[in-house]
Amino acid sequence: MLESFLQNLINALQWGSFYALIALGYTLVYGVLTLINFAHGDIFMVGAYIAFFAASFALTTLGLSGWAALALTIPITMILTAMVGVTLERIAYRPLRRKGANRLYVVITALMCGLILEHSNLAILGASRKAFPTLIDLKIYHIGGVTITNLNIAVILVTSLVFIMLHKIVTKTRVGMAMRAISYDKFAVPLMGIPLDNIIVITFILGSGLAGLAGLMFAMSYPVLEPYMGALIGWKAFIAAVVGGIGDIRGAFLGGFLLGAVEIMVVAFFPSTLRDLIAFTVLLVILTLRPTGLFGIAKTTKI
Amino acid sequence: MLRRYSVHLILPSLGGLLVYSAYEELLGLYTLSVLMFMGVNIILSSSLNLVNGYMGEFSCGHAGFMCVGAYVSSLLGVWLFAKDRVFGAPFLDPDYAIYAFPFIILIGGIAAAIAGLLVAIPSYKTRGDYLAIITIAANYIIISSIENIGSIGGSRGFMGMKRVIGSMEDIADLPWMPIWVFIFTVGTIWVLRRYVSSTFGKGVSAICQDEVAAEIMSVNTNKMKTISFMLSSGLAGIGGGLFAYIIGYVNPGSFTILKSTEVLVMVYLGGMGSLSGSVLSAILFTFLLELLRPLGIFKWVIIPLMLVIMMQFRPEGIMGKRELGDIFPRLKRFYRFK
Repeated sequence: MLESFLQNLINALQWGSFYALIALGYTLVYGVLTLINFAHGDIFMVGAYIAFFAASFALTTLGLSGWAALALTIPITMILTAMVGVTLERIAYRPLRRKGANRLYVVITALMCGLILEHSNLAILGASRKAFPTLIDLKIYHIGGVTITNLNIAVILVTSLVFIMLHKIVTKTRVGMAMRAISYDKFAVPLMGIPLDNIIVITFILGSGLAGLAGLMFAMSYPVLEPYMGALIGWKAFIAAVVGGIGDIRGAFLGGFLLGAVEIMVVAFFPSTLRDLIAFTVLLVILTLRPTGLFGIAKTTKI
Repeated sequence: MLRRYSVHLILPSLGGLLVYSAYEELLGLYTLSVLMFMGVNIILSSSLNLVNGYMGEFSCGHAGFMCVGAYVSSLLGVWLFAKDRVFGAPFLDPDYAIYAFPFIILIGGIAAAIAGLLVAIPSYKTRGDYLAIITIAANYIIISSIENIGSIGGSRGFMGMKRVIGSMEDIADLPWMPIWVFIFTVGTIWVLRRYVSSTFGKGVSAICQDEVAAEIMSVNTNKMKTISFMLSSGLAGIGGGLFAYIIGYVNPGSFTILKSTEVLVMVYLGGMGSLSGSVLSAILFTFLLELLRPLGIFKWVIIPLMLVIMMQFRPEGIMGKRELGDIFPRLKRFYRFK
């Protein structure tokens, strides 16, 4: 009993890591811009595909060994995915922001950009699934009936490290201070000499880079890629961010793990088709009881 | 004279023309089905416009309610009037199908309205982005629970509705589906028009402007929200029921978040808070989908791209917040639609 619980806990931590990484991207952008970047799930998908091409290139064309290919793939994936995110911001969101358009129009634009990414991928690369090449050999450790792979450990460790780093960036550095300042008052911040657009670009670089990292790790753990993989995971990660209280980094991290744990536990004890049903019902109950999420703070509004 | 009766004249003659051409098979099945989908899309977009446009909430789970309506009305219709592998022999004489059909669709709508409570009750406390999540979650919950009911086909879907239509056509050989789609479409627009121009509608737009201020001004916001959400989802259920009977087959996969996005596109293309905009954009959108069909998957790159471009240059949609009569004031002399 204890063994199966521990085994499920490890699975939940790994599964929750992906949600947490993507949710961090959602929450970063939301915290700064109060914009739900609905294209983020699809940026994750693009990240996975970029990782696929980078890894295949490094393995076959350059003929590198697994570890060297991985070392090359990680920065390439993160940089290219970050560029995709920044491009979206430059082309689609910034002109709208300059015009002072209603927030809703930006949300619609984001939703549509997600659809464009998804379907242009489908149109260019075709509907066939891609198999991700193996970069590093899977090592399986047995610790008293519980099996752990090196990939499990890597995913959980990397996610935790990223979270700690991000938390430090947001709370300790000047860039992080500027980010928090923008979320308080978007109009006063440029008057204080803070370059608003640069800070927003940095936010998108961070968020999309993390999505790229998540895409790479996801592709390594579940090596089948398809154009719609980002949609469902993206929506769920968004839900994780909201459950944690969107705009709060700790909330996104914990929300991701919470959603992962709920899903894995449901699969462990119920038929697996009930996974979405129970996960979303839990979400509905949490939001009905705590309308601003676990870490969210209710804002007072003046009339 | 003309102003008073023009709508009463135009609508029946338009409907009559449609039914006549369907009866004489002047249009061909393809054109006819496109026209019927246009009707369903009009119902969906105008009902979503009540929540997203007039009330100013961001609901993106409309397809879920459509799914409830589609399933309830098809199950009911097949159980009552058709021989089926799930339900066995028809419960009632199939001859009655002709009279019961509108009620079956309406019951589907009522069931969808009750499902709308799934969103309406959390909306008392939850607002804005958080409410948007709840609507997404509601969509997923509905789809996922239907997928898990194995006895009605689960994710494989459910069929048999063609037999109900067939038994209706045995009694009187008329094109029943175009007739009912037309009647329900006009009915939906009429109900919504009445609703938004009533005192309830004023309360709804007060919520859109400022919810707290509306509450202080003694608008019962909870009641307004409940009624609006239930009306909107109920009408979506009616649309879903018609959709199911047109195709003759339902499966949960056709009511996913992608379908909701499609309806959202229609609402924002037409303009929030404009019923005639919704009607116009639903017609335009259906037409565009058929026009771009030869492009295959590129269709779904071009349509979002068009919307992105539109958001940059005309974010308020085709009609903005105005109705047809506000754009062409002279038209007001010729019609009155209340």
